[in-house]
Amino acid sequence: MSGAVDPDYTVAHSRPKAFYESFERKEELQHQTHYCPGCGHGIVHKMLARAIDELGVQDRTILISPVGCSVFAYYYFDVGNVQAAHGRAPAVGTGIKRSRPGSIVIGYQGDGDLSAIGSAEILHAANRGENITVIFVNNAIYSMTGGQMAPTTLLGQKSTTTPDGRTAEHEGHPLHMSELLATLGAPVYIGRVGLGDNRQIAQATRAIKRAVENQVRGLGFSLVEVLSPCPTIWKMQPVDAQHWVRDVMEKTFPLGVFVDRTNEMQPPAGTNTAPAIGEIPRILGICAGDAGLAGEIPTSQTGELDLRVRVSGFGGQGVLLLGEVLAEAGMDAGLEASWLPSYGPEIRSGTSNCHVRLASSPIDSPLVMNPDVLVAMNEPSLKKFGAGVRSGGWILYNGAMFPPEYVREGVHILARDFTREADAIGDPRAANMVMLGVLLEIAAALPQASIDAALRQCVKQPKWIDLDERALARGRALLREFMERGAA
Amino acid sequence: MRKQLMKGNEAIVKSAILSGCRAFYGYPITPASEITEAAASCMPKTGGVFLQAESEVAAINMLYGASSAGVRCMTASSGPGISLMQEGISYMAGAELPCVIADITRGGPGLGNIAAEQSDYHQVVKGGGHGNYHTIVLAPHSVQEMADLTALAFELADKYRNPVVLLADGFIGQMMEPVEFSDHAVAPRLPAWAVAGTPESRGNLISSIYLGCDELEAHVRKLEAKYRRVEHDEARAEDWNADGAEILLVGYGIVGRILKAVTAEARAFGLNVGLLRPITLYPFPAARFRKFATQARVFAVVEMSNGQMVDDVRLALNGARPVEFLGRAGGNVPTHNEVLALVKKLARQYCPAHEPEEMAHVWRSGS
Amino acid sequence: MDKLKPDRGLLKIDENECKGCGLCVEACPPRAIRIGDRLNHCGYRAAIYTGAGCTGCGICFMACPEPGAITVFRLVDRRTLPVSDSHVPVEGAVPCASN
Ligand SMILES: Cc1ncc(C[n+]2csc(CCOP(=O)(O)OP(=O)(O)O)c2C)c(N)n1
Ligand code: SF4
Ligand code: SF4
Ligand code: SF4
Repeated sequence: MSGAVDPDYTVAHSRPKAFYESFERKEELQHQTHYCPGCGHGIVHKMLARAIDELGVQDRTILISPVGCSVFAYYYFDVGNVQAAHGRAPAVGTGIKRSRPGSIVIGYQGDGDLSAIGSAEILHAANRGENITVIFVNNAIYSMTGGQMAPTTLLGQKSTTTPDGRTAEHEGHPLHMSELLATLGAPVYIGRVGLGDNRQIAQATRAIKRAVENQVRGLGFSLVEVLSPCPTIWKMQPVDAQHWVRDVMEKTFPLGVFVDRTNEMQPPAGTNTAPAIGEIPRILGICAGDAGLAGEIPTSQTGELDLRVRVSGFGGQGVLLLGEVLAEAGMDAGLEASWLPSYGPEIRSGTSNCHVRLASSPIDSPLVMNPDVLVAMNEPSLKKFGAGVRSGGWILYNGAMFPPEYVREGVHILARDFTREADAIGDPRAANMVMLGVLLEIAAALPQASIDAALRQCVKQPKWIDLDERALARGRALLREFMERGAA
Repeated sequence: MRKQLMKGNEAIVKSAILSGCRAFYGYPITPASEITEAAASCMPKTGGVFLQAESEVAAINMLYGASSAGVRCMTASSGPGISLMQEGISYMAGAELPCVIADITRGGPGLGNIAAEQSDYHQVVKGGGHGNYHTIVLAPHSVQEMADLTALAFELADKYRNPVVLLADGFIGQMMEPVEFSDHAVAPRLPAWAVAGTPESRGNLISSIYLGCDELEAHVRKLEAKYRRVEHDEARAEDWNADGAEILLVGYGIVGRILKAVTAEARAFGLNVGLLRPITLYPFPAARFRKFATQARVFAVVEMSNGQMVDDVRLALNGARPVEFLGRAGGNVPTHNEVLALVKKLARQYCPAHEPEEMAHVWRSGS
Repeated sequence: MDKLKPDRGLLKIDENECKGCGLCVEACPPRAIRIGDRLNHCGYRAAIYTGAGCTGCGICFMACPEPGAITVFRLVDRRTLPVSDSHVPVEGAVPCASN
């Protein structure tokens, strides 16, 4: 400050320290704002800066500048600054605050920003009770873009896009965001203040401080809507614009406190602490240690193995599980494995199928169009995939009668009522495992230890493991019987 | 570390957390929801943040916030959701904020369907948002690559301060294969530019605004220089039987897997076929294409789209070699036989010396 | 001006920061501010303190949109201040009257 002041006087009110001394990010006139003379944004800035000073949170504060006339709020506030896309400040603030709970996040938004394009973001941030502060500057118009209608434009008010004045019939009624947000359960404080005269200004100063203080105390979401003059777009002298806030705007947007749960709210008890970094792999269930094979491919089986299986049936028949146990067992035995389920509309219509490949060298395509073995748990599956089975391959069909139209030369067929076989063991739902038993006996490549390990990996309940083991054994026996009969 | 049988979508989340990712914001969409679900269960246990956002618009802006605060963060979505995220992606590229976005593609345009397509190539690789920017795009073709490229994505995102997209399809996401993770978990670090609500970071600003024309041009030039570095240093592709191949198949993601099978089969027929599989879609591995153009007679691009990556192949080859295209759409997968037929046709057309013979499928089992 | 009874407040307006909006003029209860005749370097007619009557209430300070255009001073009450502090101006610590 220049010029000597009478030493009998001491500074009572001066530029808040939360403002930069000089606005270096601004190209010129670095001691003035970019706002028009008499603009409410400047007044609200001063209230906010003062609140930051008084609460002693300058180092912790992160201000989110919006899109609108206050887009350059970061020119002025000597705090951490983030500039957000139009309307998105509450989402950006959520992202910051959730990861940096110690910061004081202040979203600053205009009425177009908050109540039009960003209406979803503010609604949900408020509803989640994000512990942030939102300063909502309502000047009933889109100012930055030159005076188009905002959701808050008053009935009858002229704008460049409502040249004859806003009507309820055509544009709807002015949107009362504060009242709307006040219907939510989470917010701690929601109030509307104005800049219409000295009394309103004093009240607004207190409300803004309160909204920041709530956050500092960890209480939750606070929002202050400020009815704010825009002399330029309103085409009024600054003092007239100020009075218009009080005499006209306030009639549509009554001032008041709509929610105040400051006294009911408790700051959350301690945040959850992060585990030690070395613990992370274990927490994620990432297996430590060596390959630890439960079994190995018998040494006599040294040739190339390349098994392609397609499993198909209705949802609930355990189609995907059958495939998973097979793939898991293959991997356990040190083979390459892939398991690819059908998904999407197919699942919804009730059918389900998966592709499984086990191979001793890397698997190129996980898709199985010409399987060595087709496990068809119903007739539609046969219809869909039967023709693809390669010559010399197998079809395992769940049904006592194999539909003759699907018989193909050179393809082995084993048709049984596997559901009944499973029923005999104790539960018809184990049909899939009986069929897997047959498949394993055909492929005869996987050590029993790997199959046991896979079953334990994929099936959690001991009751089912026991049942499934018996089902697998029954399946193996069925194939041996079948082969013996064939040989006889 | 031991191999585990795991879905691609799950592998992404585990790899992300091992890579130091501590914030996930997402909105459900098939076939990417499993990533969001896995994040919901894993993030809180590892000291991270998970939140289901009200929309993809909100999700990407939550990433904007988390990334501004210096946190490694990610989201996952599919076509329609990625469309909604484009605004935020442009802002993040402009503000030079790192993040990882998994796009598990589905069929379009519009609601299309939920089957696997590769029709997000244009919107992801060419940048569906406004302005002079690129996202780095990685295209895994196996569950192991889902894990490995997720780790790489976080590294590249931080190294270049830029969004990175993991572009995968529903097949790779849903598929289970053995996967091996690094046993080393990366500890989160706070970058010097972040706005973290601390005295040291008080002077920082995250913004994509450059008001003056010269100022913005300088910023765009700086981004350009960064993209040139990315193009020079980060282009990746896998060549498979490509050395000396006369017909070079080209495909990414699940198509790359199908083409590997076709290549093996075609070679067994005596056809001289190889595969060139782009792993980075941006930067496009153009130099590798130019290298193989000296050997190959023809390139055949296969996509699950109406032909999007094929433009980049043509640009890379710049007329040096003919480029043929085979595309399926709607979630249909180019079949073995379709591709093989194309290969045979190209062999007759471009390599008349060879006549394909029939080949027997080899399967040995104990029975 | 009554030299024996000094004003309780004192106002300083930075002419170069002022945009001449007149909100302070409207806000000041004892009407101690007016718009001057001189143009500042931005071409605004800046507000000026009339030189008498300020109570140090701070109302004009909060009504002014510019961060540092207005500084309000308050007369040091020598009866309540320790002698050593009496000549050290305290910065910004006094709560706003409007607060
Ligand atoms: C996505 C998008 N749409 C439109 C715009 C153009 N735009 C900039 S500011 C603005 C309106 C701002 O109005 P408000 O939030 O009321 O702030 P004010 O300028 O009145 O303070 C609009 C529509 C934009 N920047 N981004
Ligand atoms: S146009 Fe209106 S809101 Fe924008 S700076 Fe000017 S007075 Fe303020
Ligand atoms: S401090 Fe109060 S009395 Fe003094 S000029 Fe300002 S408004 Fe008027
Ligand atoms: S309120 Fe501020 S800017 Fe307006 S005339 Fe008074 S001192 Fe100047």
